[in-house]
Amino acid sequence: MFGSSHCATRSTSPALLALPAALALVLTGCGDSASDDEQAAPSSSADGAFPVTVTGADGELTLEEQPENIVSMSPSSTEMLFAIGAGDQVEAVDDNSNYPEDAPTTDLSAFTPNAEAIAEYAPDLVVLSNDQNGIVDALDALSIPTLLLPAAETLDDTYEQLETLGDATGHAEEADEVISDVQDRIAAAVESVSTDVEGMSVYHELGPELYSATSDTFIGSIYSMFGLENIADGAPDAAGGYPQLSAEYIAGQAPELIVLADTVCCEQSAETVAQRPAFGTLPAVQEGRILEADDDIASRWGPRIADFAESVAAALQG
Amino acid sequence: MTTTARGGAARTAVAVPRARRRPGLALGGAFLALVLAMLAGVWVGALPLPPGAVVVTLLDRLLSPLGIGVPGALEGTQAAVLLELRLPRVLLASLVGAGLAISGAAYQGVFRNPLADPYLLGAAAGAGLGATLVIAYSPVQSVGPVGIVPLAAFAGALVGVGCALVLGTAAGGSHSPTLLLAGIAVAAFLAAAQTLVQQQNTEDLREIYGWLLGQLGSSQWSDIVLVLPYLGVAGLVLLLCGRALDVLAVGDDEASSLGVHPGRLRLVVILAASLVTAAAVAVSGLIGFVGLVVPHIVRKLVGGSHARVLPMSLLVGGAFLVLADLVARVVLAPAELPIGVVTAFIGAPFFAGLLWVGARRR
Repeated sequence: MFGSSHCATRSTSPALLALPAALALVLTGCGDSASDDEQAAPSSSADGAFPVTVTGADGELTLEEQPENIVSMSPSSTEMLFAIGAGDQVEAVDDNSNYPEDAPTTDLSAFTPNAEAIAEYAPDLVVLSNDQNGIVDALDALSIPTLLLPAAETLDDTYEQLETLGDATGHAEEADEVISDVQDRIAAAVESVSTDVEGMSVYHELGPELYSATSDTFIGSIYSMFGLENIADGAPDAAGGYPQLSAEYIAGQAPELIVLADTVCCEQSAETVAQRPAFGTLPAVQEGRILEADDDIASRWGPRIADFAESVAAALQG
Repeated sequence: MTTTARGGAARTAVAVPRARRRPGLALGGAFLALVLAMLAGVWVGALPLPPGAVVVTLLDRLLSPLGIGVPGALEGTQAAVLLELRLPRVLLASLVGAGLAISGAAYQGVFRNPLADPYLLGAAAGAGLGATLVIAYSPVQSVGPVGIVPLAAFAGALVGVGCALVLGTAAGGSHSPTLLLAGIAVAAFLAAAQTLVQQQNTEDLREIYGWLLGQLGSSQWSDIVLVLPYLGVAGLVLLLCGRALDVLAVGDDEASSLGVHPGRLRLVVILAASLVTAAAVAVSGLIGFVGLVVPHIVRKLVGGSHARVLPMSLLVGGAFLVLADLVARVVLAPAELPIGVVTAFIGAPFFAGLLWVGARRR
């Protein structure tokens, strides 16, 4: 339902995927095949150099021209597209994409995507994080190019997706700049914290039902970079990367940092946490080390992950 | 109503086998099982506590209002975990289990249908819609110390049952098949409305989903204060209706001739059972299978007389849910399993086994 479901991938055979691309090449690119081959190779293309071939979880995709009517069906992709300067090419975004503010929000549902509704925007590229309801096949049937970029599991996945989107939209250089900026800011955030925090225990909260995230998750990897001990890691693998912890386990682990990723959805705050039964005795509560994070920033794998790393650093310093 | 019913119940009780004629013993055994289950419930948990100290601490808190202190009680986080987390959780589990089981037994009696359960007549669907609406749209999540989700679930369950009753009565009086069908229609409509709200608010899915599966993990003393009055009053009414239900089992005409008003009795039992169900759902979400399976287990133990099935269901239901919650805490510890998953996982095979054994005996 959440988290892990983003990992859904498509099982279409590579041959089928290559077919439309090959056809497109035959129809339009016969003239200067030598230069085409050179530029179609992934990652070698410079800005504005089309056609270009990029790889998503749904296989290779060749774009003949720079896409001008992009539909983004994932909040993380929307944030990436705008960060790399492709915002002007974005025609529509799904109903959960609420950042940046000037993103052209629609009522397109990413949860129950509808191919016809997406087709109305006449997109020349649809970016998705999820192949719900067989949406990729449905868009394929309408000859609409799709790029499936599933939920990142590591920071490297984020950088790779930024690069892919840079290539696909003709903003490769800006994407590289964003990547190094994010990398620099995260490194600086980690650097800014004294090594004393290593081994400090952290509890990341996804909801008042006490769902948490282990070090195996994307957000958990941030805590690992700071050398923090994630108390959710005590849950068995069978519970998945997002186990529902018991209140008394959390109390028993006595976390020294609590990060709330349920401040918007569920109105949790340092105050409400302190009022919970048995939570008043926790070191994080007594020392006031509770980070009230923005749910969206703490759950998306876009460029704002650097903001999150900085806020973790600030909480650790304070 | 109950005084007039007593004579009839004595007559129907003649059919009960000799071995099942010791309700006192069965009740005592069930009560002991409940106490043992609750002790196990407060002892087992993610944070290991010495069993001796647990008992000492409980005694200490029990006796402290009398000015008696018991040495060796737990302190700090350990005491907080025991008294603020485990104890309310175990108490709430026993109350919710007791409430669901007794209302299941009452529904099965009043509808003369072995498949009836507390969520019949749109109680679950109504509670689901109420909770979903509030999770999705309410700008505030609590009113004072009380969460708004339980209140909305409570109201939703009552609205669901109320619609079913009005529709059913309008369509065919208190004739039970008509009422059941009205309940199915109302439940389907409310469930569809809930799905619609859910689809419009996908960002709240995790919270809605967590609530629907049932949860006792966030039990607080305030939840107990919320559920206890309803369970106390409506539960008492149900217990008093036991003998009248036995009379009703003989047939409407016979019951009338014995002084039991069938229509009025049905309404009272349905309202009381629905009130208990609504209160239980409000604090725990939708915990399935307890209300269906516990009365059947109880009937195997003490026979079909409602005068015995209802109080026994209360005790066995409480013990069953306390143990199910214990399993939910242990299986994936320190992660938790939703308790609704556990009750179905334990209840369904156990129930099937009972049916199998029963079939072989015949």
